[in-house]
Amino acid sequence: MAVAGKQFTTLSGVPIEPLYEPEQLRGFDPARDLAIPGEFPYTRGIHESMYRGRLWTMRQFSGFATPEETNRRYHYLLQQGQTGLSVAFDLPTLMGYDADHALSEGEVGKCGASISSLEDMEILFRGIPLSEVTVSMTINSPAAVLWAMYLAVAEQQGADWKALSGTIQNDILKEYIAQKEYIFPPRPSMRLVTDTIEFGARHTPRFNPISISGYHIREAGSTAVQELAFTLRDGIEYVEWALERGMEIDEFAPRLSFFFNAHNDFFEEIAKYRAARKLWAHVMRDRFEAKEERSLKLRFHSQTAGCSLTWQQPYNNVVRTAIQALAAVLGGTQSLHTNSLDEAYALPSEQAVTIALRTQQILGYESGVANTPDPLGGSYFLERLTLDTEMAAQDYFRRIDEMGGMISAIEKGFPQSEIANASYAYQRAVEGKEKIVVGVNAFQSEDQPIELLQIDHTAEEHQEKKLAALRGRRDNGRVRKTLSVLRCAAEGTENTMPLILDAVRAYATLGEICDAFRDVFGSYQETAHI
Amino acid sequence: MNPPIRVLVAKPGLDGHDRGAKVIARALRDAGMEVIYTGLRQTPEMIVNAALQEDVQVIGLSILSGAHNAIVPRVMELLREKDMTDVQVIVGGIVPDEDAEALKQQGVAAVFQPGASLDAIVDFIRGSVYGSKADSFD
Repeated sequence: MAVAGKQFTTLSGVPIEPLYEPEQLRGFDPARDLAIPGEFPYTRGIHESMYRGRLWTMRQFSGFATPEETNRRYHYLLQQGQTGLSVAFDLPTLMGYDADHALSEGEVGKCGASISSLEDMEILFRGIPLSEVTVSMTINSPAAVLWAMYLAVAEQQGADWKALSGTIQNDILKEYIAQKEYIFPPRPSMRLVTDTIEFGARHTPRFNPISISGYHIREAGSTAVQELAFTLRDGIEYVEWALERGMEIDEFAPRLSFFFNAHNDFFEEIAKYRAARKLWAHVMRDRFEAKEERSLKLRFHSQTAGCSLTWQQPYNNVVRTAIQALAAVLGGTQSLHTNSLDEAYALPSEQAVTIALRTQQILGYESGVANTPDPLGGSYFLERLTLDTEMAAQDYFRRIDEMGGMISAIEKGFPQSEIANASYAYQRAVEGKEKIVVGVNAFQSEDQPIELLQIDHTAEEHQEKKLAALRGRRDNGRVRKTLSVLRCAAEGTENTMPLILDAVRAYATLGEICDAFRDVFGSYQETAHI
Repeated sequence: MNPPIRVLVAKPGLDGHDRGAKVIARALRDAGMEVIYTGLRQTPEMIVNAALQEDVQVIGLSILSGAHNAIVPRVMELLREKDMTDVQVIVGGIVPDEDAEALKQQGVAAVFQPGASLDAIVDFIRGSVYGSKADSFD
């Protein structure tokens, strides 16, 4: 029974009508707006057979404490049937500081694995053949350095770079917008990103040099439309920089990949993924005149929404995650991370991450949802929502174009304030119980205690000792020389990747290499607004 | 009528997750408080200096990285050194129960864990600054 006066909206606040019928789809042309899976504009998916050909890659984001401990977790996950790896680095690594830097105190290994040198990267992938396992690395500001370490390990293993498959996140724009793990100012950072895209196109044709990410934008409190629009507009910015560098669109566009959130509102999320594919196909064809079909196809990873997990009644998080993962699968994701029930508290325990992986396996092998592509295609409600999402995103594209592009928009604080407004509005709605969060503002009960993964200070000590030994053992003359060559290159315009590789091979540390860049590029400070 | 409460909202450590800090800052401002937000990556020294210069009654620390046991004790120590123990320190973020207890024993006035309501935080700050007058403050 309808409640008089009650507003029905999506999680992002989009109003929902009482019923969806053909009436709401007037002007909708299935041939133009949908086509069949695998055909332009790919609304229904990028492959003709979708998961009948191959299920999505089950890729749990994982990393904690030392590279030794994380390596053990990777072996465990692969034994459990996980089909790809995804590296989580700790905050010092993400910020380009070595484990023994003063600002790293208390942070080493807390949010991910601590990697300060090629030696740590060698340990991280010990016994894991990089020519066979695809690896995704969540690293942004110092992405070029960590990627160079990865390529150097592959080289040591005798793997052919041309056969390597994986992804570095390397999406600096969303750091300024949402995640805030930036080191250098936007323009030199964009130059480093462009260096990796160019290097990748020449040397690692199967590796994605960037994963243009909406996940963090959403976690920072954006709406679904903002997540979609800012992410794709970031994508446009990267394309423009690569073209400016002199690359051909079809030379690098097929390797641009994306990363979206899978949040609570089931249909809104599915509409978002479908609209994303359609929008990107049009952007690539109409705005950039890409010719190759692979350039037009938006491939994406998804992760269930960390910010939706509750501290209260943590077992409920298994259910939330399952529903979110189902949305990602029905939206045609290429790979998926499912959060663990304990992640509102800590990095996941082995037991919790196993349930999260099993959730994906149940979806893939038991539920039947992978039997046919885009099974919800043609739903009046979903198609209307997809069209509306697309139009709302285009409106943001126009506004950002008018500001002179995404970097100018960021400098004006535009996406940042849009997100802050949305996140405050949401929190107010939770406060007023207009939005219900089970176990938090309704249906409260006594919490069940859960076993948590503990990371103690021994990880920090272990990493510091290893680093001190490395600094004593390596050829420090060679380190100094490679760093000085790198500094010179940073001042000029040449591609820095080959020189970063030289420094990494000499066992220059992450912090030393980032300091060379800091000397030349400076550090970025945002103007904080509330 | 009491003068507006002055609050410093600070993000210590390397953690860039500022959603919570910004939401809290706005909520406190909407509740009539004067809020100064430090921005990201503040050291304990920077935070205590800002608290001194801005003459705040409350410092709110937002930490989601797990580094609270390294950061918060240092802030408390600096407040004692500078004879600023009248400044109330509250912590928000991912802080397990046992750590929250330990922080309170070191002088932290309150720890707000995920899911805490904005009203509860506003009420706590009013109560801790104005004591029993908090009830009649509105």
